[in-house]
Amino acid sequence: MSSPTSTPGGRKRGRNTNPPTPSSEDPTSPPSQRRRGQDSSTGDLMPMPTSPATDMLSPAAPQDTSLFSSPRPSVQPNEVDMSSPLMYGTPSSRVEGTPRSGVRGTPARQRPDLGSVRKAPQVDLHSEPPSTDGAVASEPNAGQRLVIWGTDVNVGTCKEKFQRFLQRFTDPNSTEDENAGLDLNEPLYMQKLEEISVVGDPVLNVNCRHVQSFDAELYRQLICYPQEVIPTFDMAVNELFFERFPDSILEYQIQVRPYNALKTRNMRSLNPEDIDQLITISGMVIRTSQLIPEMQEGFFQCQVCAYSTRVEVDRGRIAEPAVCRNCNNTHSLALVHNRSVFSDKQMIKVQESPEDMPAGQTPHTTVVYAHNDLVDKVQPGDRVNITGIYRAVPMRVNPRQNNVKSVYKTHIDAIHFRKTDEKRLHGLDEEAEQKLFTEDRVQTLKELAAKPDVYERLSSALAPSIYEHEDIKKGILLQLFGGTRKDFSQTGRGNFRAEVNILLCGDPGTSKSQLLQYVYNLVPRGQYTSGKGSSAVGLTAYVMKDPETRQLVLQTGALVLSDNGICCIDEFDKMSDNTRSVLHEVMEQQTLSIAKAGIICQLNARTAVLAAANPVESQWNPKKTTIENIQLPHTLLSRFDLIFLMLDPQDEAYDRRLAHHLVSLYYQSEEQMEEEFLDMAVLKDYIAYARTYISPRLSEEASQALIEAYVDMRKIGSGRGMVSAYPRQLESLIRLAEAHAKVRFSEKVESIDVEEAKRLHREALKQSATDPRTGFVDISILTTGMSATARKRKEEVAQALKKLIQAKGKTPAMKYQQLLDDLRGQSETAITKELFDEALRALADEDYLTVTGKTVRLLA
Amino acid sequence: MIHINITDLWLSNYLCLLDVLAASQNNSNSGWETKAVEFFQDQLKERDTHTLVPSLNDVPLHYLKPNSLVKFRCLIQDMFDPEFYMGVYETVDPSTKTKMLRCGKYKDVTECGVDFNSRNTVTAERQTFYCVPIPGENPWVKEISSSCLTEARVVPSTSYAPSRQKRSYEEDDDMDTQPQKQREPHAGPHSPSEHHGNGDCKRQETEAPSSQTASASHLDLNFPLPGEKGPSCLVKVYEDWDRFKLNDTLEVYGILSVSPALSALADEKDASSSLLDPAESMETAEEQRVHSPPASLVPRLHMLHAKPLPHNNPLLPSIPVLDKESTLTVVILSSTLSEMASVREEILSYFTHVLLGDALAAEYLILHLISNVYSRRDVLPLGKFTLNLSGCPTVASYTERFYQIIQQLVPSSHYLAMSLQNMNQMRLVPKKDYVANRLVSGALQLARNTSLFLDETQLEQGQLDTTGVRNVTALGNLISWQKVDYDFNYHQMEFPCNINVLIASEGRSLLPSDCQIHLQPQVAPSHLEESLSSIHMHPQASSQLNKFRIYLSMARLLDYSISDEVTKSVEDDFVDMRKDDPQSISAEDLHRMLVVARLLSLSLGQTSLSRDSWLRAKHIEMLRRSRMEQHKCVNGNEP
Repeated sequence: MSSPTSTPGGRKRGRNTNPPTPSSEDPTSPPSQRRRGQDSSTGDLMPMPTSPATDMLSPAAPQDTSLFSSPRPSVQPNEVDMSSPLMYGTPSSRVEGTPRSGVRGTPARQRPDLGSVRKAPQVDLHSEPPSTDGAVASEPNAGQRLVIWGTDVNVGTCKEKFQRFLQRFTDPNSTEDENAGLDLNEPLYMQKLEEISVVGDPVLNVNCRHVQSFDAELYRQLICYPQEVIPTFDMAVNELFFERFPDSILEYQIQVRPYNALKTRNMRSLNPEDIDQLITISGMVIRTSQLIPEMQEGFFQCQVCAYSTRVEVDRGRIAEPAVCRNCNNTHSLALVHNRSVFSDKQMIKVQESPEDMPAGQTPHTTVVYAHNDLVDKVQPGDRVNITGIYRAVPMRVNPRQNNVKSVYKTHIDAIHFRKTDEKRLHGLDEEAEQKLFTEDRVQTLKELAAKPDVYERLSSALAPSIYEHEDIKKGILLQLFGGTRKDFSQTGRGNFRAEVNILLCGDPGTSKSQLLQYVYNLVPRGQYTSGKGSSAVGLTAYVMKDPETRQLVLQTGALVLSDNGICCIDEFDKMSDNTRSVLHEVMEQQTLSIAKAGIICQLNARTAVLAAANPVESQWNPKKTTIENIQLPHTLLSRFDLIFLMLDPQDEAYDRRLAHHLVSLYYQSEEQMEEEFLDMAVLKDYIAYARTYISPRLSEEASQALIEAYVDMRKIGSGRGMVSAYPRQLESLIRLAEAHAKVRFSEKVESIDVEEAKRLHREALKQSATDPRTGFVDISILTTGMSATARKRKEEVAQALKKLIQAKGKTPAMKYQQLLDDLRGQSETAITKELFDEALRALADEDYLTVTGKTVRLLA
Repeated sequence: MIHINITDLWLSNYLCLLDVLAASQNNSNSGWETKAVEFFQDQLKERDTHTLVPSLNDVPLHYLKPNSLVKFRCLIQDMFDPEFYMGVYETVDPSTKTKMLRCGKYKDVTECGVDFNSRNTVTAERQTFYCVPIPGENPWVKEISSSCLTEARVVPSTSYAPSRQKRSYEEDDDMDTQPQKQREPHAGPHSPSEHHGNGDCKRQETEAPSSQTASASHLDLNFPLPGEKGPSCLVKVYEDWDRFKLNDTLEVYGILSVSPALSALADEKDASSSLLDPAESMETAEEQRVHSPPASLVPRLHMLHAKPLPHNNPLLPSIPVLDKESTLTVVILSSTLSEMASVREEILSYFTHVLLGDALAAEYLILHLISNVYSRRDVLPLGKFTLNLSGCPTVASYTERFYQIIQQLVPSSHYLAMSLQNMNQMRLVPKKDYVANRLVSGALQLARNTSLFLDETQLEQGQLDTTGVRNVTALGNLISWQKVDYDFNYHQMEFPCNINVLIASEGRSLLPSDCQIHLQPQVAPSHLEESLSSIHMHPQASSQLNKFRIYLSMARLLDYSISDEVTKSVEDDFVDMRKDDPQSISAEDLHRMLVVARLLSLSLGQTSLSRDSWLRAKHIEMLRRSRMEQHKCVNGNEP
């Protein structure tokens, strides 16, 4: 469809207003080490680029040695066309009321992101020396011999291929949220075009991975020559669009924005070979500049004869015409700013995300230029994937000097932004940041998972420097994996918590902090705070005035930052009540509601909490309950799935093993340790893999086991008039069982998982919920803050008191102290003052009596 | 002496050599370059050759020839982004139209007439590090290392004039419009005074850079510690820059580049010409200033070779280039190991004197000074030994005098007065400045094995503000985990470090520490003042000082192991101790005792733990603990 003469109008008029100048290869882009096109698999297209090069460098041609050659004044094209309103599409110049449609009617907008002027001359292969003819003839499409200079891109073929791609490509198993609401079995991009015709936003985002799976050759061309291929895509899509929707009106022609080029993922791996190629990098925006108006076209008017001319920007410079072509006066042309054309431009600094960085190095930064409507799309702090063309420009030392600093300035011309954290706020899912694993890695991980003792292996790999505490490590391991996320919002319960919360309490110096530090270092989204130093604000979010923009900005605190991660809170007991209260919502609902400075919002905080607390009396008092020892509100305690005590066991065999462990720590060499334990990196990958790809569901058998376990737990208590389990405990069990299944890489929760969950839960209970008075496990210590025996005792005292008062007969008022003495005399067990007060209060609650000062009055 | 001249000749010609090679090999730059660098490294390996290379640390910048080989002992303070440069390019002579291939490596500025459209251009990548002299390096280190180099200084100065002539010769030959004129006045006026390497000149030399920095005070050279002097340097790294880490200490051998054309770039910045040039509007003025400071202040150094420094003690035999520490141990073992026990006695009595007659505290001070984080088990640093010396007298500025003594003994140290004002105002943790795109340094960005002296006696009652709390937390983190969390605004990044922290306080310190010892002056309070003033009056013979210096640095470098039998007996001991009184010794205590035993053995020059050392370690730990019991009631900071 594209013979040399019928080069589509849109392109020719939009971008090729100047005929090709001889020095057409953009000198601002340094040739990469690998010559362009040399790596192309299509050898038959190869000979072509050499011809113009020799032509260009031939001494016969007047060679402009300066860095910036000006366009030759003699070749100004037809001026009439240049000034046509269709050409520049300024709103004022539009003819009112005339429906514009079709390719020719819709103005093309310049794409500064592809290089301001890309005069890509097409080379007719017929003009090639005859020696190459043989190779060319082998090409199937003998008629299409046009190739863009310097590349192996044939405009016609390329266009055709892309149109075919648009018309045919389907992606039946698409999971992208962008494709929501589209019919997955219909050609994907045709549906998107339809959307454009309805919405009127003339941007077509194309996933490069789709192109690759459809046509690898086209993909290669796109990656290698984006500057040439993307305009071709533009042409193709516009032709197709206006063919299909001839009546639609767009502001300007559709622009294709490819994204997800698989070329590069990491800023650190950019190298000179990537220059002028399409790349995708991920990073964090650290700074954005003000809007920079960039001149696209200078408008010059002759002061003598008022003849006007336009000069396009050429590699960042506008060459002022020295001679007026109308009256031949020299230096008579002056720039008219109002009539020049400008485009928006913004400089954005992007920094490597902390996860991608090797240890001990500082993050790299890259400059990105955003053009036109991409300006102000991102804000500092955003995590983005940027697709663009990598550029390198030589730096001039001094305009008056001719030598150049031998360094290039590099930047990326952004074509497409994709925010990665946007989704996080909207809570769709975390797949966007899924880690890419190599085949080998997955294989090793799977092999590891197949081992029968994988659970033990992993738990012993966890913080190997900390001795024993196997169950605690197992608990933390399960926390690292987490349960399966369930959504019950349909039935009105909202999200079900999948994260496992763990509280460690115990004597000081039992390496609690060390465990926390380890976990914090292990998980990618870990946060570490100390209860002593953090305020409620620091944990949740605060509103701050940005010093630059004077805007109110919501700054997130530790809990929100560790969304999908683990928030380690040391010295949990030292936290103020105020601060702790914000944890209530986070630890059960997994959200955080904020109403501050006019900003009301609910943030996701799907974080697992790993907290460490010291006992109140600095040493654990075994005669007291957990609650009494750490003095935490039981409402908060019940939100922990597992509460472990880290106590000194004080036993000789343990001591010996501990001593051995510690001594070996000090003399074994690094290599020996490596052999014994799993690498931290493997562990990290293992967890990341399981978290992203495995979501186990309960099997029939497992659910039966869970029900039994729960009933058993309740039964134990009911025998002694106590309740030892609440639904929250059942939920904990389910989570733990799911996490254990994840450890095994199993998609199904089976009974062994339930067994382990039960065991761990029991272990934790045994340690923390044992009633020191009776020695029995009593869950109500955690849920009500008082053990059932203590409650029973309170009631007994109250009844005894009531009897005592009744025995006294009709005395409407009594002395407080006397009553206490009487009760003490009557009772066999010791009655403390507190106990007595509580009994009085209980009776007062029954409206039996009132206490005023030192007198007790009976009511009724 | 012949080889010296060859080296020297070769050094001054290095760049030309590269050019010639580039031209002759015609773009097939595979083998020659590695050969050139290899040759160079061989040269360095030869004994004493490296002492001939002038050092940027000692020789003022204006005495050094541009494009000559220099070395620089430094710390990597910041890493800039990698840059692309023209590795090989082609120039066209405007008059004769002849083309020539040039090598862009090890250079900042190209020759004129670059043909941008040449197909022979090769773009290559290099990385820039911002390096500063090792922070807190003590004056004696500088003095000794510069005196070692007297020879080196003489050599370039005698050969200075002729070789310079030669250089300009070549420039005229093939570099025609190189901005040579601008360089002349820069190096010119100083050259006559340079020929005489006597004492007068020395003073002049040491003062020169300070006046230089003062005049350029608008430019913050970003030293980690306040009041530091010396040149900072932009080091261009051409090969595997991944192996370098932030805060590494290196000795860089490279080609000095002080082309004034580099500073011209910065001046030009103000001109309005930048408006249309996209390349120039990319950076803010601050960023420009930081990333391309005038070359006269921050010279560029193109790295040929770098050797990591395990220590910066000039008295220790320097490690042969490219060899591992293992060989070092062998060298030392044969010579000085036997003497270590006797030196230890001397240093112990000296410290006892300094610590007012407290021998136990002196013992612990030795252990502290030779401690070193030798390994990390997951998050746990092994071998750190932070000492809290409590009960320091507050009279007669004892702590400051004490620090001065330590300063005389360790290669690098820093005194940090923990006054309320300092804590609230100082920047301890490095912070990323995104406007200038650099890491603004803080006092905790220190090289490995730097002694950090925290003077808590300076702390008075008052309120810590946010910065203060953050600073105290940072110090706590440093002590407990030997890491500093650098502030990157949007996130924090953890950098491991290896800093010996010594806390001097009245009562127990508010900061955590591995070991606390209460000072028990054997001097009557009435004589305290007197004996304090006598401490630094005690003239130490420099030979003895040097002995101490060598001793402390070397003990740190020794290898250490525990045999199976000793392991067994240590385990038995622990179990026994626990049996008697489980409260008396915890796992943490065992940790500490193992570290004490290790350091004690090393301080005696023993590379494996013996039963005796273990018992001795147990003994001194016991003494210390019993002393702590006594003082428990005295101080209120007990948990």
